[in-house]
Amino acid sequence: MAEQLFTLVFNGLAYGILLFIMAIGLSVTMGMMNFTNLAHGAFAMIGGYLAYTVTIQLGWPFLVSLPIAFFGVGAISVFFEAALYRRFYRSPQLSQVLLTIGLALMSVAGATYIWGPQLRLVRMPDYLSGQTSLFGVEVGTYRLFLIIVGAIIALGLVIGLERTRFGAMVRATVDNRRMAQSLGINVNRVFRLTFALGSGLAGLGGALAANFIGGMLPNFPMGYLLVYFLIVVTVGGLGSTMGALLAAVLLGVGDAAVKFYAPHFASFAIYALMVVLLMWRPNGLLGRR
Amino acid sequence: MTNTTDPVGGFLRRSQWRPTEIMVWVLVIAAFFVFPDRLVLGSRVLIIAIYALSLDLLLGYGGLISLGHAAYFGTGAYAAGLIANYGWTEPISGLIGAAVIAGVLGYLAGFIIVRLNGVALLMVTLGFGLLISELANSLNDITGGSDGLNMTFAPILGHFDFDLAGQTAYIYSAAFALLAFVFVRRIVNSPFGLSLQGYRENPKRMAQIGAPMAARLRLVNALAAALAGLAGGLLTQTNQFVGLDSVGFERSADTLIMLILGGGGRLYGGLVGALVFLVGRDVFSEANPQYWYFWLGLLLVLIVLFMPQGILGGIDALLARIKRMRKAAP
Repeated sequence: MAEQLFTLVFNGLAYGILLFIMAIGLSVTMGMMNFTNLAHGAFAMIGGYLAYTVTIQLGWPFLVSLPIAFFGVGAISVFFEAALYRRFYRSPQLSQVLLTIGLALMSVAGATYIWGPQLRLVRMPDYLSGQTSLFGVEVGTYRLFLIIVGAIIALGLVIGLERTRFGAMVRATVDNRRMAQSLGINVNRVFRLTFALGSGLAGLGGALAANFIGGMLPNFPMGYLLVYFLIVVTVGGLGSTMGALLAAVLLGVGDAAVKFYAPHFASFAIYALMVVLLMWRPNGLLGRR
Repeated sequence: MTNTTDPVGGFLRRSQWRPTEIMVWVLVIAAFFVFPDRLVLGSRVLIIAIYALSLDLLLGYGGLISLGHAAYFGTGAYAAGLIANYGWTEPISGLIGAAVIAGVLGYLAGFIIVRLNGVALLMVTLGFGLLISELANSLNDITGGSDGLNMTFAPILGHFDFDLAGQTAYIYSAAFALLAFVFVRRIVNSPFGLSLQGYRENPKRMAQIGAPMAARLRLVNALAAALAGLAGGLLTQTNQFVGLDSVGFERSADTLIMLILGGGGRLYGGLVGALVFLVGRDVFSEANPQYWYFWLGLLLVLIVLFMPQGILGGIDALLARIKRMRKAAP
């Protein structure tokens, strides 16, 4: 029983950390620029497909595909930010929603064109497959790897945001963009860098998630995962790293638990919980505004 | 000149039928005779136009964004199907029943929606839509799950059976579309409708002048939901089938796209959008169904970039420009 519970929490934790890596960039876009980016899932999808291309089509190792997904998607996102997103920071939310839904639809068709409609898996090295013994319980090696990588990234983000000069600029911009601007912070530059970082993390998350979710499909950006991203962001509170992490882990463990104990009830439980949470605290669990 | 001193006259002027509006309905009738072999598509356009109109009432006039409007469309669609399957096959009363059920759901959901705005509102409407969609998927015994439900209806008014060519379906849909447009026209040109537009323009100011907006938004959500349910019920009745596609996220996104394509807040934007969207899909899907969504996405991006008021707004802007140029010329 205890062992079962441990496995369940462990798997949920791995899933939650994945969601966190994929969703944290969205938190930045919404918190900093007040921009509703419903195409964020497309960045994660491209990362997943890049990992497929690198490991299967090119035959390079998995660990090489991760930085390629991170930097590749980061570079693509910079292009979109400069070409499209930037014009819409002051637009009404409806325009942002429509623009990004349009982009998400295009990414679905584009991915079908480039990578085909089939499930695409990433080739895993042997040392990341199979089981490992942890505190006397057999757990998936890849899940353990995910949790370690995720913990490093989360720690890096928290330290980067709380302890560095750039992090202070980011926090100032999230808190009050106009005030930060009048203090001489180049808000647009800060945002561009943070946006690239967030999108790159989404790409990395997509590469890490490809096998975990059973393979990449072109409809990834429109699927339920988009909702999960948004839950992480809205429930966690805009621009709050710890809030997003907490929400993601809760969502991951909750999802695993509900799927295990009440599989028919799984999707309702998540959405119903979200509606209740947002009614109770519309600005997120740890949100301040 | 302005209607500040003569409020009643102002409302009367607002609600006058314009010649272009009458022309729309003449065209709807003419289409019946001009395209006798495309009536199935035609009735689909009219039904979806009602659905887009219901979103227009909510979004174009009330300024409330919804990413889960298909929840009401799907509720109406399944309600119409289930009413028939439980033995009440008279279509018109069944349709009204479907609209009422969707409207009640919309009224109840309104209690949540009026408390939220911004991202939280987007999230909750999206989540609500998915919730209803999941419900339809997992209540296998009632909804038929992914297989959907088949049913048959009694002839309309005891005489007119739904035929394969879609003649009955077209006239039936056109009649309800006309009713829906007359109804929504009445609403948006009433003081109630005006206060909705006030809320769209400036919610804080409406609160300051003491308008009871929470109650009005609940009401408009219920009305929009009932109309969406009516459209869903019509689709079920004319197809004699209801499936999960009537309640999914695509159904919510598509109608949003149609409304924006045609132009929100102008009553006929949804009809124009539905026409362009459905005919476009019909043409493109024959060539390359997989990539239809690429062109749709591109169209959406271009519209947001260059034509934020949609096709009707674009035409209006063009006409105003021609008028100005005529004035400038001697």
